[in-house]
Amino acid sequence: MPTVSVGRDRLFEALGETYTQEDFEKLCFEFGIELDDVTTEKAIIRKERHLEGEEEDEDEEVIYKIEVAANRYDLLCLEGIVRALRIFIGKEEIPVFKVSDVPPKSMLKMHVKPETALIRPFVVCAVLRGITFDEARYNSFIDLQDKLHQNICRKRSLVAIGTHDLDTIQGPFSYEALPPPDINFVPLKQVKSFRAGELLEFYRSDMKLKKFLHIIENSPVYPVIYDSNRTVLSLPPIINGAHSAITLKTKNVFIECTATDLTKANIVLNTMVTMFSEYCGKKFEVEPVEVVYSDGRSSIYPDLTVSNMEVSLADITGPIGIALEASEVVPLLNKMQLQAGKSLTTNGNCNIIVSVPPTRSDILHARDVMEDVAIAYGFNNIPKSKPKCMTTGGRQPLNRFSDKIRAEVSRAGYMEVLTWVLCSHEENFAMLKRNDDGDKAVIIANPRSSDFEVVRTSLMSCLLKTVKHNIDHPRPIKIFEVGDVVILDAARDVGAANNRRLAALYCNVTSGFEEILGLVERIMKVVRAPHVQLSDNYMRPSNEPEFFPNRQCSIIFQEKQIGHFGIVHPEVLKKFGIPDPCSYVEIDIQALL
Amino acid sequence: MAEKAILEFLKEEDEIPDSQVFAASVGIDHTDLENVIKSLRGFEIIESLDIKKESFVLTDEGKSYAADGSPEVQFFLAVPPEGITRDDLKKKLGDNIVNIGLNWAMKNKWVEIKKQLVFRKVENVEDKVKDQLKKIEDGEVVDKKEDIDALKKRKLITLQTWKAYALRKGPKYAPERKKAATDLTREHLQRGDWKDLEFKEYNLCAQGQPIQVGYLQPLLEVREEIQNIFLQMGFEEMPTNNFVESSFWNFDALFQPQQHPARDSHDTFFLKVPAATRQLPEDYVVRVKRVHESGGYGSKGYGYDWKREEADKNLLRTHTTAVSTRMLYMLAQQKPFRPKRYFSIDRVFRNEAVDRTHLAEFHQIEGLICDHGLTLADLLGVLEDFFTRLGMSKLRFKPAYNPYTEPSMEVFSYHEGLKKWVEVGNSGMFRPEMLLPMGLPQDVNVIAWGLSLERPTMILYGIDNIRDLFGPKVDFNLIKNNPICRLGLL
Repeated sequence: MPTVSVGRDRLFEALGETYTQEDFEKLCFEFGIELDDVTTEKAIIRKERHLEGEEEDEDEEVIYKIEVAANRYDLLCLEGIVRALRIFIGKEEIPVFKVSDVPPKSMLKMHVKPETALIRPFVVCAVLRGITFDEARYNSFIDLQDKLHQNICRKRSLVAIGTHDLDTIQGPFSYEALPPPDINFVPLKQVKSFRAGELLEFYRSDMKLKKFLHIIENSPVYPVIYDSNRTVLSLPPIINGAHSAITLKTKNVFIECTATDLTKANIVLNTMVTMFSEYCGKKFEVEPVEVVYSDGRSSIYPDLTVSNMEVSLADITGPIGIALEASEVVPLLNKMQLQAGKSLTTNGNCNIIVSVPPTRSDILHARDVMEDVAIAYGFNNIPKSKPKCMTTGGRQPLNRFSDKIRAEVSRAGYMEVLTWVLCSHEENFAMLKRNDDGDKAVIIANPRSSDFEVVRTSLMSCLLKTVKHNIDHPRPIKIFEVGDVVILDAARDVGAANNRRLAALYCNVTSGFEEILGLVERIMKVVRAPHVQLSDNYMRPSNEPEFFPNRQCSIIFQEKQIGHFGIVHPEVLKKFGIPDPCSYVEIDIQALL
Repeated sequence: MAEKAILEFLKEEDEIPDSQVFAASVGIDHTDLENVIKSLRGFEIIESLDIKKESFVLTDEGKSYAADGSPEVQFFLAVPPEGITRDDLKKKLGDNIVNIGLNWAMKNKWVEIKKQLVFRKVENVEDKVKDQLKKIEDGEVVDKKEDIDALKKRKLITLQTWKAYALRKGPKYAPERKKAATDLTREHLQRGDWKDLEFKEYNLCAQGQPIQVGYLQPLLEVREEIQNIFLQMGFEEMPTNNFVESSFWNFDALFQPQQHPARDSHDTFFLKVPAATRQLPEDYVVRVKRVHESGGYGSKGYGYDWKREEADKNLLRTHTTAVSTRMLYMLAQQKPFRPKRYFSIDRVFRNEAVDRTHLAEFHQIEGLICDHGLTLADLLGVLEDFFTRLGMSKLRFKPAYNPYTEPSMEVFSYHEGLKKWVEVGNSGMFRPEMLLPMGLPQDVNVIAWGLSLERPTMILYGIDNIRDLFGPKVDFNLIKNNPICRLGLL
């Protein structure tokens, strides 16, 4: 979930009310955001630099870190949070966003070259006219772009935002894709001009920007936006040009969003303009830009149309489980920034017509409307009821059987352990003197560390590791685990299947081979059933690498090997750092069900 | 025999004033007698008073001088009238006697040394040292304190402390002691003599014998109780023994868009082998693709190009909801529809950095109910029932976001120990975009909730590091000493 940092005093000033922390937390809880942390700017810096000891100043500005839902892009800045909460508590009307009337001839244009389809095919734009920035607003404007880039833009891969001082550039603009040597400009925060290829090399050491280079670096052409004087506005999704940089004094802001996903580009653009048109000369009014494709198609952005959704009253109140009249539902919807009205259907039922504003891209279905009504009503105010369906409980036979085996082995004096199914390749193979033939183990593609390279194909390494971590425990050590391994299996849709195993290990100054043999005999005795008939000689000498030669057997059931036991090979013990002899058994208990 | 001697003596006499003397008189070793005294005293048959006695005894060196004479006298006697070299004396007497003897003989002015030769200075000498040592050896008293001190200084005698006892009859005196029994035996029962026997006082502070037992893992003990709660509430367990899952069942079928952050390699373990799923229900895949791209079933959809390759990618399931989805899909294929309550508690995987509260694998508890016309009020009611059985009855619900549930609610419980509200689970109603493409009837809703098994267990047992509870680093003593799980006994 994304977190937004806002200055507490500025937040309360904007809300028009000062809250105690407890009351503010309560408000957040009801609305569905969370006051995650209370800190100060300096405390954050201290924490980053690990300066624990330094004194706090009394007058440091308090910062609230507020966690918001991942699909509410309209809550990623102070302006959005304040607006939503003020409407929620009835202090503010729902804003109406307007695209200003600009005659088609004087409308700014963005021409899209066909080559952009090779790398980043979409662009949407808008202009904020007569905006008034101050330091706080400006910072919030920059932070919102960062937050959008991090979240919906998927680290700029889906959408990248560029904002420019319109008074420094000259339309019409063109969105092109050119070979890197053909692009040359002074990037933001630099004084000298770079060729694009050079620039990417330069940013390879930049902590922030190096993460975005992969999006374009292997492409033969890079996306670039020019004005009519061939001034570079930006090299999306990496960096803007220095020329058009916005400042506190900027009055007219040109916003362009380049994208690989047009739906998300629109959401991002709409979020930017609906949040910051609040500070425009004409509040909540945005100037459009026409995007013209080379084939003659053209669209005007931003698209701030309110979409209407007609939902039956029963579809709202029914799934909540409360009885409300349409006249009660409408004000609840209004609290959630949704304009609504009633309409009667031909058969006399009541429908609610909900107007979904451009800020609420999260509303996809009548169910989302229902949720907003439930939130506005208060989850904690809904009278609880009990589902009425009659059902019977039941266990999975394999799990119940596993529990019975666990009980049996613990009754035999063994201690149950519970280990991880992920392990290193070495632990699962080389350390057990086994080779990976490539036909058994599930291999992880993106392990964070060597501890998570494969899914175990046996429990042996897990039990040995557990002994190693308890190496000072008094002998004998008698442990067991009933757990799953995963084996490649072409017969399954996903190509692999779990297998339930019992493993037990005995460690002492002597090998304890007879102890483990006794446990095997006990297990084999208690699993007998009419359909599980074991012949008297279910043990056969085996030759497995992880066991000591001539001190090992396989366990045979219906002509299939279902397990092995024996003295663990000294070289295996050495690899796991265990100084005492161990005997070990592992059985496929799924086969015995 | 010693016991008999004491008891018989006290039958006639009031007191044995000195057990040492008594032992010597009856010819019993005092150590043997002492053991009997302690035992009789323990049963209050006799009473005893400790007596401390001191006397001098000869050291080994002293004993040899008492027998052979003091070294100075031996030395003197070995000196012939014509004189003798020290070396010759050493040949006769040995180094030790010569060294000590010469020293004392010179001190006593018995001998003198001229031109390397030793000569007698007096005619005769008296061996007082030998006489004194003999007296002490015989138990006679040496009066002169300076003589005793001299012998002590030469380490020829040493003071020894003797313990002795003065004995009288005790309150339970009898001329013959009844042997007290220590344990009830089969013979006692057969003979029936346990009625007449006197049993020795038992020391109730003594520890019992360490017993041989097996142990179950604490986390799985909690799992069992939660399973029982689900069973009591009529829930049926789902088969969750499939850790490898396709992105389709783990994400796409849940209406989780393909660009969702959870599908990043930072959060999910994708597989190199087997990299992709071999088979999906194709007609259902078409419906899922459509609902993502353009919606339907009353939804706008996400408006993006849905890619089959993304859905085919195999992974380690990030939640057991992947299994719930398969179960609901199967349920949707069965006509007529029957309501179900399902639960599971099994392992899920997250490609997260491991720390005190996070592991790459943990257990997810999941419950869901599928029926016509279920409501959010029903979800609130069933959550209250479930969590109350877990000992959490004070609940609050917070609006939240989850791609496959709408509404989504976080469940908070007031923790009396921590004096604050803690998040204990997530819940919601599955989205129509998830259920309708499966083919479930229009009015069927699914209410569901989930939580981890580890977190409530850590709170329950006050464990603050998850690796102390689950994994190879768990201390065996934690498993051995853990109390029984009392969840569900409330």
